Amino acid sequence: MDFFNLQPAEWQALLLTLKVASAALVVALPLAVLMAFVLARYRFTGHGAVNALVHLPLVLPPVVTGYVLLLTFGRKGPVGSFLDSVFGVTFAFNWTGAALAAGVMAFPLMVRPIRLSFEAVDPKLEEAAKSLGAYRLTAFLTVTLPLALPGILGGAILGFAKAMGEFGATITFVSNIPGETRTLSLALYTATQTPGGELAAFRLTLIAAFVAFAALIASEAFARRLRARMGGGHA
Amino acid sequence: MLDVDIEGRIGQLDLEARFDSGSGVTSLFGQSGAGKTTLTNMIAGLLKPLSGHIAVNGTVLFDAGKGIDLPVQARRIGHVFQDARLFPHLSVASNLTYARWAGRRPGTRDMAEVVDLLGLGGLLERKPGTLSGGEKQRVAIGRALLSDPRLLIMDEPLANLDQARRNDILPYLDRLCVEAGIPILYVSHSIEEVARLSNTLVILSDGRTPAFGPVADMLARTDLGRATGRHEASALLEGTVTRYDPDWGLTDVDIGGAILQIPDMAAVPGDAVRLRIRARDVALAVVPPEGLSIRNAFPATISSISSEKGPYAEILCSASGQVLRARITRASVADLDLYTGKDVTVLIKSVAIDRRQRAPALADAATGENAAG
Repeated sequence: MDFFNLQPAEWQALLLTLKVASAALVVALPLAVLMAFVLARYRFTGHGAVNALVHLPLVLPPVVTGYVLLLTFGRKGPVGSFLDSVFGVTFAFNWTGAALAAGVMAFPLMVRPIRLSFEAVDPKLEEAAKSLGAYRLTAFLTVTLPLALPGILGGAILGFAKAMGEFGATITFVSNIPGETRTLSLALYTATQTPGGELAAFRLTLIAAFVAFAALIASEAFARRLRARMGGGHA
Repeated sequence: MLDVDIEGRIGQLDLEARFDSGSGVTSLFGQSGAGKTTLTNMIAGLLKPLSGHIAVNGTVLFDAGKGIDLPVQARRIGHVFQDARLFPHLSVASNLTYARWAGRRPGTRDMAEVVDLLGLGGLLERKPGTLSGGEKQRVAIGRALLSDPRLLIMDEPLANLDQARRNDILPYLDRLCVEAGIPILYVSHSIEEVARLSNTLVILSDGRTPAFGPVADMLARTDLGRATGRHEASALLEGTVTRYDPDWGLTDVDIGGAILQIPDMAAVPGDAVRLRIRARDVALAVVPPEGLSIRNAFPATISSISSEKGPYAEILCSASGQVLRARITRASVADLDLYTGKDVTVLIKSVAIDRRQRAPALADAATGENAAG
């Protein structure tokens, strides 16, 4: 049974990973919803450029993304030094930096399905809502957003999974500090680099698999309830 | 009540619409592509005209000259769309009350009354996805009525329904038109619906409004053949039910002197009814005929003859102060020596008259109906 007793360092890595991924999700999801809605509903100059920028972390090597983050949000970077001096917020080499890296990497994976689900909502329903007196924000919150919920849920799951497993950008941006930036992936990597770390690596693998599995089951159940609430079809 | 004078351009269509109408139901009639939906969207505020003005009950909704352009939310126009556009994630009840909880409309109309008027009692907990096409349209009408509208726009509410569903929903529309208490703009390309439901008819053709006026006058005009559809050319007779003969299944309708006998009519003595008589179902005789199976024969005077190119002539006759329209061949006009002012006998086959008819949606007709019921 010793095998199933997690070492304190492993607990630490698991809890840190959940914290980092949750923080990334909480901050990035609303932004992703907003970005997806803008991309889905509005045509403007620079639409293509914005779209490309959003998807850039998907095609760039993660190490490049991490390095760009280090250059901009690091202590000497323009944005990082500004945030440090004005708000006292630093990203370099602490868990918020890990969350930032995870959020940036997960962002395009969230925007894509959410945008598709917004595009699937008939804009004529928004016209109907307006004719009944609902102004733009109310129409969005009462009609468009609920109808796009399944896609938003899908995007959130994808983003959370990506944030949980983020490796390249994280280790480049905030390094591999136990208890601060050493998430499951980084801990697993460390274990494989340590002589006699095979057992720990195996346990971490199981933990990662278990968390992923539980998340998928939960999301499936949630999606089923959503579909039932929608009345089983679009009118 | 509804005063429209606008010009606009959407895509390939130049729109120039000018009409005003009184209370009751105003029908906007025209073929597909005539610009009906464009015009209603401009009145509703979903599209912007280039110039002109729109007013309902004296409230200006749009006036290009004065820079007035109320947003759609502030126009208070109940809009029933062709495709219903119910919110699929909300129950029927939440759809019906949407304007109250999301649109902040106070809700002056009694919800139970609307539910009863449109027969929605059994549907309230259902989701739109489980409703039939006719039920969806009834819910959409209810939802629009409960938004405290100053005008109700119905954009071809029956267009996507099959004939059986139409017949299901038409009696509800009959009641609605009488009891809504607000002006209704009814958009349709079906002369049958228009003749049945409306008080005022506005004809829309190629983005223009060549004519508007009381529906009976408009249907009697022979110069609008192309816009109203020649095959469906017809006249409206207003009358009162005097007797029902159960043995033969015939209802007697007094049209102001002459009595018409109509089979299988859903009306009781005392009801005010409106009959649509198609021009192609009317024949003329110069001497009162005998030994005919046609039951409806009464004297009339020819008030106009319009010959067109081709084999047909459109004849207008007046009988008991009402206008009838007959479509016969030009050869018959010549053979019978018909001329304006000549006295003739009008013949109408009883079976040619639509069985589903109703009282016109005028205030006095409504009281008459209530008194009868």
